[in-house]
Order: sequence, then structure tokens, then C-alpha cells
Amino acid sequence: MRKLVSPLPPGQGSGADPVGKALPQDSAERHVSGRAVYIDDMPVYPNQLHVAVGGSEHAHARVESIDLSKVRAAEGVVDVVCHADIPGSADISPVFDGDLLLADKEVNFVGQPLFAVAAETYEQAHRAVQLAKVIYTPLEPLLSIDAAMEAQAFVLPTRRSVKGDPDTALAAAEHTLSGETRIAGQEHFYLEGQVSAAEPEEHGGVQVYSSSQHPSEVQKLVAEVLDLPIGAVQVQVRRMGGGFGGKESQAAPLACLSALFARRTGRPVRYRMARRDDMVLTGKRHPFRHRYRVGFDSDGLIKAADVEVAGDCGCTADLSEGIVDRAMHHSDNAYNLPAARVTGYRCKTHTVSHTAFRGFGGPQGIVGCEAMMDDIARATGLDPLDVRKRNLYRPGDTTHYGQEIEENTLIDLVAALEQRCDYRRRRMQILEANRGDGPLRRGLSLTPVKFGISFTSTHLNQAGALVHIYTDGSVHLNHGGTEMGQGLYIKVAQIVARALGVSIERVMISATRTDKVPNTSPTAASAGTDMNGMAALDACETILARLREFAAGHFGCAADEVRFVDDHVHCGEQVLGFGEFVSLAYMNRVSLSATGFYKTPKIWFDKEQGQGRPFLYFATGAACSEVLVDTRTGEYRVQRVDILHDVGNSLNPAIDIGQIEGGFVQGMGWLTTEELKWDERGRLISNGPANYKIPTAFDLPEQFNVALFDRPNHAETIYRSKAVGEPPLMLPISVWCALRDACASLCDYRFNPRLDPPATAERVYWAVQQARAGVAPEAAW
Amino acid sequence: MNFTLNGKPCKVEHCDAEITLLRYLRTRANLPGTKEGCASGDCGACTVLLADTDGEPRTVNACITPLGAVAGRSVVTVEGLEENGSLHPAQQAMVDQHGSQCGFCTPGFVMSLAGLYQRSQAQGVAPTREVVTDAIAGNLCRCTGYRPIIDAGLHMLEYPARACTVQPPTQNSAAEERDDSAPLFGNARSRFYQPCSEAALQRILQAEPGARLVAGGTDFMLEISQLYKQFEAVVDVSRVVELCRIEQRDETLHIGASAPYAALQAYPALASPELQAVLHRLGSQQIRNRAGLGGNLANGSPIADTPPVLLCWEASLELVNAAGEARRVPLDEFYLDYRKTVLAAGEYIRSVQVPLAAIARPHRFRKLSKRFEDDISSVLMAVSLASEGESVSQVRIAYGGMAATPARALDAERVLLEQGLSDSGIAAACGAVAQHFKPLTDVRASAEYRRAMAANLLEIALRELRGEPVVSVWSPASHSEVAAHA
Repeated sequence: MRKLVSPLPPGQGSGADPVGKALPQDSAERHVSGRAVYIDDMPVYPNQLHVAVGGSEHAHARVESIDLSKVRAAEGVVDVVCHADIPGSADISPVFDGDLLLADKEVNFVGQPLFAVAAETYEQAHRAVQLAKVIYTPLEPLLSIDAAMEAQAFVLPTRRSVKGDPDTALAAAEHTLSGETRIAGQEHFYLEGQVSAAEPEEHGGVQVYSSSQHPSEVQKLVAEVLDLPIGAVQVQVRRMGGGFGGKESQAAPLACLSALFARRTGRPVRYRMARRDDMVLTGKRHPFRHRYRVGFDSDGLIKAADVEVAGDCGCTADLSEGIVDRAMHHSDNAYNLPAARVTGYRCKTHTVSHTAFRGFGGPQGIVGCEAMMDDIARATGLDPLDVRKRNLYRPGDTTHYGQEIEENTLIDLVAALEQRCDYRRRRMQILEANRGDGPLRRGLSLTPVKFGISFTSTHLNQAGALVHIYTDGSVHLNHGGTEMGQGLYIKVAQIVARALGVSIERVMISATRTDKVPNTSPTAASAGTDMNGMAALDACETILARLREFAAGHFGCAADEVRFVDDHVHCGEQVLGFGEFVSLAYMNRVSLSATGFYKTPKIWFDKEQGQGRPFLYFATGAACSEVLVDTRTGEYRVQRVDILHDVGNSLNPAIDIGQIEGGFVQGMGWLTTEELKWDERGRLISNGPANYKIPTAFDLPEQFNVALFDRPNHAETIYRSKAVGEPPLMLPISVWCALRDACASLCDYRFNPRLDPPATAERVYWAVQQARAGVAPEAAW
Repeated sequence: MNFTLNGKPCKVEHCDAEITLLRYLRTRANLPGTKEGCASGDCGACTVLLADTDGEPRTVNACITPLGAVAGRSVVTVEGLEENGSLHPAQQAMVDQHGSQCGFCTPGFVMSLAGLYQRSQAQGVAPTREVVTDAIAGNLCRCTGYRPIIDAGLHMLEYPARACTVQPPTQNSAAEERDDSAPLFGNARSRFYQPCSEAALQRILQAEPGARLVAGGTDFMLEISQLYKQFEAVVDVSRVVELCRIEQRDETLHIGASAPYAALQAYPALASPELQAVLHRLGSQQIRNRAGLGGNLANGSPIADTPPVLLCWEASLELVNAAGEARRVPLDEFYLDYRKTVLAAGEYIRSVQVPLAAIARPHRFRKLSKRFEDDISSVLMAVSLASEGESVSQVRIAYGGMAATPARALDAERVLLEQGLSDSGIAAACGAVAQHFKPLTDVRASAEYRRAMAANLLEIALRELRGEPVVSVWSPASHSEVAAHA
């Protein structure tokens, strides 16, 4: 440029290091004022089209014919597409084959899209799709894990991790026990439903706006569907109104259909799913059947375990390889299994293909494991916390998949929480209170969480960033991570501000775009900040190295004497404002822009052998929950919850606490009131917020104490922080265990009655009846 | 039609009769800050404030509010809260408490809190946690876990005061004069009517025999927002003066079919804590500000919350047809079958009549649902009785969720009259209830649980009515009870 603007003045003392500060979410003011733009808030073009899909009425059927004449003739309809109209690939699977944009000759779940309509208005599109005449030949559907296991119907092969000789160790164990838990799935219920918009571009490509955790995959799939080079499609994601894993693979069909119609009609297209469509047509958390056989001694010390996890993957593989892997990898939760066999089945059923959801299979593995710990406590008569503490991993132990435990954080953390929450005194009080014959019973449980951080698919552990510095000293930040509310954007901005020694206000956060940072991984696996933060730091360091070299030459100081602090640059004796300094660098022809890259070190995993080091480190935490149960109805309240959670050195304590509390309540919903139900024909009957109940503010524990465990990550992560997105979801397993504890009081803690989650009031009532009857659940296998 | 939108007059002329306030705001008024989360009144993302000439701000779900319902009123959306570029205290508190994560539900929470802000300001008291929780019980958040949002509500009054959150409607639109038997607005295909008197309503019903009536809209509007149905004529009965009254005449309480639950909550003769507890859990504030008894009864649902209560209270309904002919039907005789009532085509409910003597009798109402707040009952039990010692002279027991219609448990009533409130009498009555009903298994509960609960809820209630202490996980009393054990 010919003439430079004046540099931004240095901050007035507030510019100190922003890392570790409780800064608000990057869009907080825009959220509260309604100015934050979500895709459906973007201005509507006069020629805008709206999409709706028509789907299968059967869980499993052959499609004999589709008559769309009335659909085409309906008011406002501009275009209609079927499988045959897809110019490129109709398969939009993320990893393995099978997920079709539109079904062809066979349908595999109720609601599976068969055709799509683009109309002048949203309502017209939805009215039109009701007019199709489809003739089916119904086929026998598989509608449960048991049915799939019996039929040996799997979407992917069964895998095993084995440590030592579990059969011999089980046979030699002083005591053995077995149990089964059926763990329900969960609807994501992000408040912003799935949505995408596409605009045709003059070169024949498309610009896509997607509410997606994985813009690069959306870009690739749109290109494949349209038979275009990837570079002809660009995808932008400014923000999602919640994701939780539900927008990792499930956002793609909306983008692909919008883009397809945009190409066909030359008009801008928007596809927003109605809530009911979203609940019926998109995948959920996998239901699991968890079975264990465990050998232990009279002190409750585990000698061996044989664990079987069977995930209901739905009709296709989607992301189920990794999800069942993670369930397997978390079947030990935080406990050393000296000899173990963990088997993971990926069951095929004729339901919607289940998908990523915060925890990615890990929570289901941990629920089963914690049920096992409580069952050992009942069998030995020990306090469940003592059984847990006795079996916690110690440094040097090895997991059943071969990863060595490197730190003892959890041992210290559990001990600290036990003190903080006054566990022992409250346990005595509760035992005493439960001796009465009143209708109310109390339950208490303290459960730990150990959650592996990194994608189990090693190649996904890479990230990119793009940083520009402008001549006034303002900074443009872009990276491959997406913002879904988790605070990634502000955290990475804090990292960049520290790296460049500038105040946070200078860092301009920008929307995630496939043309700024290409070939990105999904924002998932809790690894968003770990990876994108490191990539952004790398970009900053590239620029800083150039600036140091320039300063050394220009001011005659040593390059390592150049320091960037508080919006100033110190070059030996010279001190310049940051803006003044970068203007000078510009005038001296120094590049002020750089990309950054990061790949997670040390990790590898042999999927066939089930052995390796899949995780860079473990995030840990623990929660203690107390419940009060009405044995006459099964109704209960969560009275008190104490959480101590390990986020390493917190980059932003407000964001971290928000993730912990929010994850806790979301997980509590999964384990308590959120009950997915399908009818005998495979139709989802919990298909809206009127019959699928996520927690409200009232469900918050009456006392809710949340604290961060203050210890830097031992692994070399960004500023020694730890990932926080998923792990807290598993803290409310303590609520579920406390409910079992309260029910077990009715059989003098001789056994735990069966209480498969979600522990609705009804299920708690039946568990109470079982305990009262004194009949322990039958051995599962 | 005229209304006030964020302080400015707004005029609507050609519009589909079915258009919702939300669709209008987002697509016509260029105000996309108000979000659609569910389009069924369950999530609160579309919450806006609605004020009548009294200026009292009421939260409503824009997604199931017909646009016509705001005629002559003042609507404030999230875009209308800032004043001279500074955030409203409810907004600033949300920022400072980290009350937003993904931000999509946030405008709805902000509006619920802003309404609470103005009410709290008027009363001069800072809201308690309980009050804040009640104000946001109809707003779902999937990210934060609510704690920071509750804290925002608790702290928002500490900010520099905001004089007025919601202005009453401007004179212009409030004083609108028109022929109220003519359409308020419409187009070539459809007409939206908003009569202010029964006379006008009857004229409309004569001219438009196929017209659909809407009051709170919590059920009818779902046909539009979920099924995308179109209607030629929609008649909003929520402004019909005679249908909005609550009054006492001849030892009887006459509750207008369109009087919103919020009005029932404030009515002195309905101060029964048992009834208030039912009303508190009926939908959310957004729902209670719009919905009332007329719709709850007329849609014929077996799981509606008020029919068991009203059956127990010997209520009868006044039904009126297009010719203005009225008839009185005991609620006992109103339901014919699943979603079928004696309401004839063109007939509407004028009022629900409840004898004050029935309200005065000791009673207990118990609701079971998966979630405590804003959930549909799996079972709702209502019992009312007159007793002396253990002997029972009068009793009514009614249930929701146990049959194809709300239904009385006549066998159990008989048992109690014969055997009284002795242990054996209670046991026999509960046994009779379990025998009497053949409930269904559905998404909310199993038949077995419903049957067991019908008996257990009755037992709990009868024991309380006999004078035994109240023991419940919901009442604060439970803590002291447990503490005493400890």
C-alpha cells in the first residue's frame, strides 16, 4: 500500500498476558443482543429456495416405485431430486461406505430420505414432500442389539484388546461376578437444528455455509456429489448453535442437497431441518449393551476382567469404528485391570445410523465399568469409594490396550475431592438415615473419569492455522477448528495474543473457511484447542522469527533479545509500540503472514491388534453426587454435587468451568430423564422436545460445587493445558451410581438392583421394587 | 392490523392467516435475533415480550403465537433491548456471568430475564433463585448447564437501572377501532379474525362455519408449525371479553375459557396451594401467559393437566353455539372418547364453572412426569373429599393419563364412602384404582407404572388428607425430614 494508517495505540496496562484469564466467549455480546448470525439468520435472496426431504415409512424395505408427480405439481415446487439425479457419488459416508445422500432400491431406517424438494418457501417444501406415493416391499428389520447379535449382523468386524491371560486369572480369582447394563442413546438436541446454505458461483462451483464441525469433509463430499474438484467448493462455518458431535458427520447431507439444488437451479438454496426431522433423520449417541465378568479378592482388588461392549451402530458404519474403539478403551475407566479381554461388537440395526456424541463411546464404556465397581463393593461389603480407590491406576500400570499410565493425578484428585465433599461423614449420615422406614432414601457416590485425549484415528491428529498481522498492528486469526459454543475461538485468540505479546482486542477472530486453512480435521475428540492452539502458535512463531531477525538487523541487537510484551516490542534498548514496529517491518519488506501446522506427537495404534498408544494423555476429574429418592414413585432430586476437574493449566477458567458444568448437566440428562424410544416398527416416538426431556434449570443440583484441580499437564500441550470438551460429560455417572446406591439401601446393600440408564422415575421405581423383593439381577453370561 | 414492535408502530395487511409471530419477525420484519429451536413452544429460543396497555411484560413463545395475537400490543424482541448502544442489564449480566456458549438459546433467555427484570424492578425486590428458575423453566439450554444463567438473573438488578424494558403499545395501535367481526388481516386465501365480544364471535361463526378457533394456540398452532397445514379462517378467541373474565356468581366461580393460566395463578379464589402447584408445572411461563382452560379441555386430550382437577371439583362447562344458544354440561359428561368431546361443530366453550364449595373441600393433586418442569404428565391424580374422623361423606377422585379420556375412579370413590380413611379403606381404594384402569404404554410411561402410580399417588394423598405429614423430594420439608433422621 502507498500510505500506512496510524498504528493502534498500545493497550493501557490491561494488555497483560491474556492466557489464564476468564475472558467471555468471543461472541458473548453478539449472542445476548441477537446480532450473532447463524446460517438461518443470513439475509434471504429474492430467489431463495428451501429444501425438504421425503423419507421411508419402513425400517427395512425394498423400494418398488416412487411416484412424485403430485410432489412436482405442488405449489411452489421448483425442483425435485432422487438418487438417480445425483451427478457424482451418492455415497456420502465419512469413513466407510453406506451412507447414501438419497436412498436407492432399499431403505434401512424409518425416515431415510428417498427424494428431496426445493421450493419457493420452507412451508411449501414441507407440504410438497407429504404428497409422494412410494410402494415398498417390507423386509424383516433388526431393531435391537440382541437381534443383531443373534443374527451376527455387524457394520464392521469385531475387535479385541487383550492383556495378560484373563481366563486363567478369572478362574484363579477368589471371587467372580458378572453383570449387564443396557445403556441408552441420546439425542444431541443442539438448539440450532441442522442447517446449510449454498450459493452457485460463476465458475461452476458452490459456496456453502454449513453448521458443521467438519467443514473440510463437507467440502469434499459436496465436491464428490457434484462431481467437481474439491477446490471448486468452499465451505464457511462461522458458528454452530451447538454441535456435541451431532454436526461432525451429520451436517453433510444438508450441505450436499443444498449444493445440488444450487447447481441444478442456479439459485441460492437453504436447507434447515425442522426439529422433528432433525430428531428422526440424524444419528444419535449409540445405545450399548455392556457385559462384564470380573475376578477380585476380598479387598475388592480386581484380578481380571472380561468385558463385552456391543454398540448399536444403526444401519451403517458412519463413525462407529472409532466410537466402539473408544468404548473399549474406556471399559477400564480409571482402574487397573491386571488381566483383561475387551471385545467390541459393532451391531447393525435398521435404525438411523448412530454417530458421534460428546464422549464418542467412552461414556458408555465408563458407565459399564462403574456399574462393575459398585457391584464389587456390594459383593465384598466394602464402601464403593474404597473399591474404586484401591483399583485406581498408578504410574507404570498399563491399560488393556497397551498404553502406559504416566501420571498419578487421579489418585491425588480423588483424595482431594473425598476431603472437600466430606464423603466419609456424609456416608455415615446416609447409612444412618436409610435405616429408618420412611419413604425417602438417600444415595451417594463418588466416581472418577479418565478420558483419553487424541483422535484414535492417528492421521486426524493434525491441524492448521493462518495468522496475518496488518500494518496497524491488528492481527487476523484463522484456524481449522470450528466454534460451537465451546470457546475454542477465544482460547486460540488468547494463545495468539500471548505469543505475540499483544492485547486480546487486537486479535480479530474469523470464520472457519476451507479456503483459508485446507484439509482440516473435525473439531472433535476434545482436541480443538490442543491442536489448533498449537498450530496458531506455530504460525505466530514463524512470523516472530522473521520479526526477530529483522529487528536484530535493524536495531543491532541479538535476535533473542527481541521481546514482545504488552503491545510493545523491545529490541535491546529500543522500545516500540507493536503497531509501529510491524509498520517498520512492512516498510522493510518482511512477510507478516504465516501458516502454522501441528501434529500430535507420540501416538500410534494398531487397530487389528488392539494395542498401542492411542492417546497423548488423559484428562481426569471426579464428581461426588448425593440424591434423595421417593421410593413410592421413583421421583428423585439431585441434592448436592461436588466436582473437582483437571484441566491442566487453565487457558480460560470461565470457559473451562462452563464446559464442566454444561457437560455435567448434559450427561446427567442422558443418564436420567432423556429417554429415546422407538416403537415395534422401528419408528422413533420420542421425536420432539415434548416427549424427549433434556434438563431444565430446575434440574440443576441444589448445591453445585465445581472446582479446577490445579496442576499443569505433564504432557507437552499448549501452555500445559488439558482438553475439557468431553470428559465432564462422564462426571454425572456419579448421579446414576448414587441412584443405584439409594435403591440398594432397600436390600441392605447386598446387591445393586438393575437400573439401566436413563434412570427415569419409572425405572428407579422398578429398581426399588427389585431391591425390596431382595432378588438380585440374574447373572448375565 | 397494527402493533408496536420494539417501540415503533408496525402495520400488517396482506398475510396468511396462519402466519406465526416468529415467522413474521424473522422473514418480514428483518429481526432474526429471535430463534426457532423447536417450533412447538417447548424450548423458549423464540421468547419475546408482549405487553398490553397495562405495560406488564409477558413472555410468550413467538413460534406458536399467531401474528394476530399481538394486534394492538407491544412486542419487544432481543433487538429492542439495547438503549443508546448499551446492553440491557439482563444482557450485560449474561455476558458477565458467561451465560452464553453456543448462543442460540441466549436471546430467549435474555427475554425471559428481561421480563423478570421489569417485574422485579416494579416490585422492588431482587429475584430469588426459585423465582429466576421459574422464569427460565421454559427455556432450554444444551450448553451451559444453567448455573451461569441463573446467576445472571440473580445479579442483573445490581447493574445501573433501566427505566423501562417494555413500553406499552403506542396510542395509535392500542386505540384501534374496527369492525371486529371482519377479518383483522388476511389475503385472497385466508382470513384471521379477532372478535372482542361474543356477539361478534357468533357472527363470525355463522359466516365461517369451517373456522378454527384458537386461544393460547399451544395445540392448534402445532398443526401449522409441525404439519404445515393451511386454514381458510382462523378465529382468535383470546380477546373475547366474556371469555376472559374470572368472576364469582351464585357461590360458583366462572372461569372464562380464554383466561390465561397466569390469570388463574393470580386469582384469590384459586389460591389453593395444590392447584397452584399444578399450574406452576403446567407448561412454562411462556405457555401460561397465553394458554387457558378452554383449549386444555376442548382438545380432548387424556393427559391434559386441568381436567382431573376440574372433575374433582365438580366443574361444568357452558357451551355456546353460533346462534348464541348456551347449554351447561357437567365435565363428567363432556368427554366421549380419545380426543372426542360433546362439543358440536360451531360450538365453543364460554366458561368453566366450579362450585366454591367444591374448591373449599380438602384436596390433593399429584403429577408425575419424566421431567419436573414443563413436561406432560404420565399420570395426574386429583382427589377431593369431605371427612369427619375417618369417615368420608363426599369424595371425588380423577385421573389423567389412565384412560382414553380424563376419568374418575368411581370404584375407589365408592370404597372410600363405604370404608372411610382407615388403613384398610385406603388400601381398598388404591386396590380399586389399580383394578379399574387399563392404561396404555407409551413414550411417557408403561401401563404397569401408570397403574402402580395411580394407586400410590392416591395412597400418598389420602394419608396426607388423613393428617399424616407431607413427605416429598420436592418440598423443602423433605430436607428437614431427612435431616431429622440423620
